[in-house]
Amino acid sequence: MTTDKKDSRFFRFLKLPMYLWTLVFVFVSLTYVIGLSFMGRGELIGVDGLFTLANYARLREPQYLKVLLNSLKLAALTTVLCLSIGYPFGYLMARLKPGARTVVLMLLIVPFWTNSLIRIFGWRILLMGNGPLNTFLQNLGLIEKPLKLLNTEGAVFLGMVYALLPLMIMPSSNAVEKLDYSVVEAARDLGAGPLKAFFTITVPLTLPGLMAGCVLVFIPSMGLFFLNDMLGGGKTLLTGNLIQNLINSRDLPMASALSALMLLVTGAVIALYRKVGGSSGQLSMF
Amino acid sequence: MKKKRIGSTLFLTLVLLFLYLPIVVVIVYSFNDNPARIPLQFTGWTTRWYEELFAGKGGYGSALVLSLQVALWSVLSSVVIGTLGAVGMVQATLRSGKGSRGDNLMESIAILPIMIPEIILGLAFMVIFDALGIKGNTIRLVLAHTTFCIPYVFLSVKSRMVSMDTALFDAARDLGATQRRILRDITLPLCAPAILSGAFLAFAMSMDDFVISFFVYGVGEGTLPLKIYSSVKTGVSLRVNALCTLMILAVFLLVAMNQYLQAVRAKKERMLQKA
Repeated sequence: MTTDKKDSRFFRFLKLPMYLWTLVFVFVSLTYVIGLSFMGRGELIGVDGLFTLANYARLREPQYLKVLLNSLKLAALTTVLCLSIGYPFGYLMARLKPGARTVVLMLLIVPFWTNSLIRIFGWRILLMGNGPLNTFLQNLGLIEKPLKLLNTEGAVFLGMVYALLPLMIMPSSNAVEKLDYSVVEAARDLGAGPLKAFFTITVPLTLPGLMAGCVLVFIPSMGLFFLNDMLGGGKTLLTGNLIQNLINSRDLPMASALSALMLLVTGAVIALYRKVGGSSGQLSMF
Repeated sequence: MKKKRIGSTLFLTLVLLFLYLPIVVVIVYSFNDNPARIPLQFTGWTTRWYEELFAGKGGYGSALVLSLQVALWSVLSSVVIGTLGAVGMVQATLRSGKGSRGDNLMESIAILPIMIPEIILGLAFMVIFDALGIKGNTIRLVLAHTTFCIPYVFLSVKSRMVSMDTALFDAARDLGATQRRILRDITLPLCAPAILSGAFLAFAMSMDDFVISFFVYGVGEGTLPLKIYSSVKTGVSLRVNALCTLMILAVFLLVAMNQYLQAVRAKKERMLQKA
């Protein structure tokens, strides 16, 4: 049995760097943030080291509460809109002939891999007061004066849907691709209409992919602060902006409290996802 | 039946147009010959923004160098850490027949960086680096990027390990190979494609990262995404358009190359199966 012992020592040795790295840079650093959220502001290193719940009490102040609720609302709306565009897209894409599907997949990968700053920058140009979109609408005679498109909440919402849509399409399409379509055909043969077959067979069977997509869209949508800077004109709309502003004014404890809250929401979403039968493997799309 | 096909094609096309619209705008404007401060009027075609870019105006070269440096070091360290971690965990599970609870817990913590909103990680790195007294910008970026690159490598290698034929390991052991030898001669060669695709993904994520770098980076010019952000946050600079166009081109070439390699590999496998 000495070889067994030697083997397991070897495996432990292999795992060691990952254990250490994860402990220091993920576990300790996140725990440290949570710890900071229970402290007051201090002079020297930004915190005073004394336990307090004041930061969490401050979350009820309108300046925070309003943004938190707004951020949740935008995240939910983004998820719903991404779902209603991304799932049909994923479905239709998966039902294409293999050749056409490869083409669409490749067309999807390019925007997905393009830096989101670049893509959002494109929207910034498009939406400007005398930018291409307004000029186009004016030339069509649809509007007389340029509309205020940029620096609105609508622009931020558009940017969120735009940036996160691929994260809904990919898992949806994968799920539909794995679906055994003969089951749907059987339902149709037995007299179910196309809609009934879709909602009673296709949707339940592809639910894991659909839910993974929702989680993948919802979680990051709370934190995309740069979207707000570029399309929303810097108004504070998302939790991410609150955190960024607090970091800028060196209020680390309050920034930590908001991060801890976001971590809690993230944990709750993932727990809910697991509870309804989602696997975490689905969440790492690659 | 035909009507359905048309509707489906139309929907797919419209969504794809939506996805490409801003990208096309960025590219078209990079050729706009308008020197105004906010150059929204398209006044003619030019390549001067590219010429300026290559002449080194705006200092994007040093940002690119920093981005590449950080990506290279982060990928190297995450490949070593992630691969060994995945191999160690899966092998230990195979030998003992069940996954250890410590490993499962460690895995869920290790992949947190790609699950939680990036801004939280940015803040966490910022405060922990400050607390540990890590001040150098490059080292801060490399440590942060390595942390979020590890999960990509780890998950890629792990999924390959899990699907591997365990008889190989047993045979090697029965023939007297040490674990070190098994690792070198069997596991790592078989995992090579998975390591490579994990590394590729990690590299792309590192080059692409803005949010985490934004919080980790102190004062100065920063990586390419940081530089782009600071130049477009308030205004429009067509030099940035030229830079972005080049980056889009790079992405396109990489994606095309990847697709091509996959097609070649699939063809080879089909031929092997036939033989």
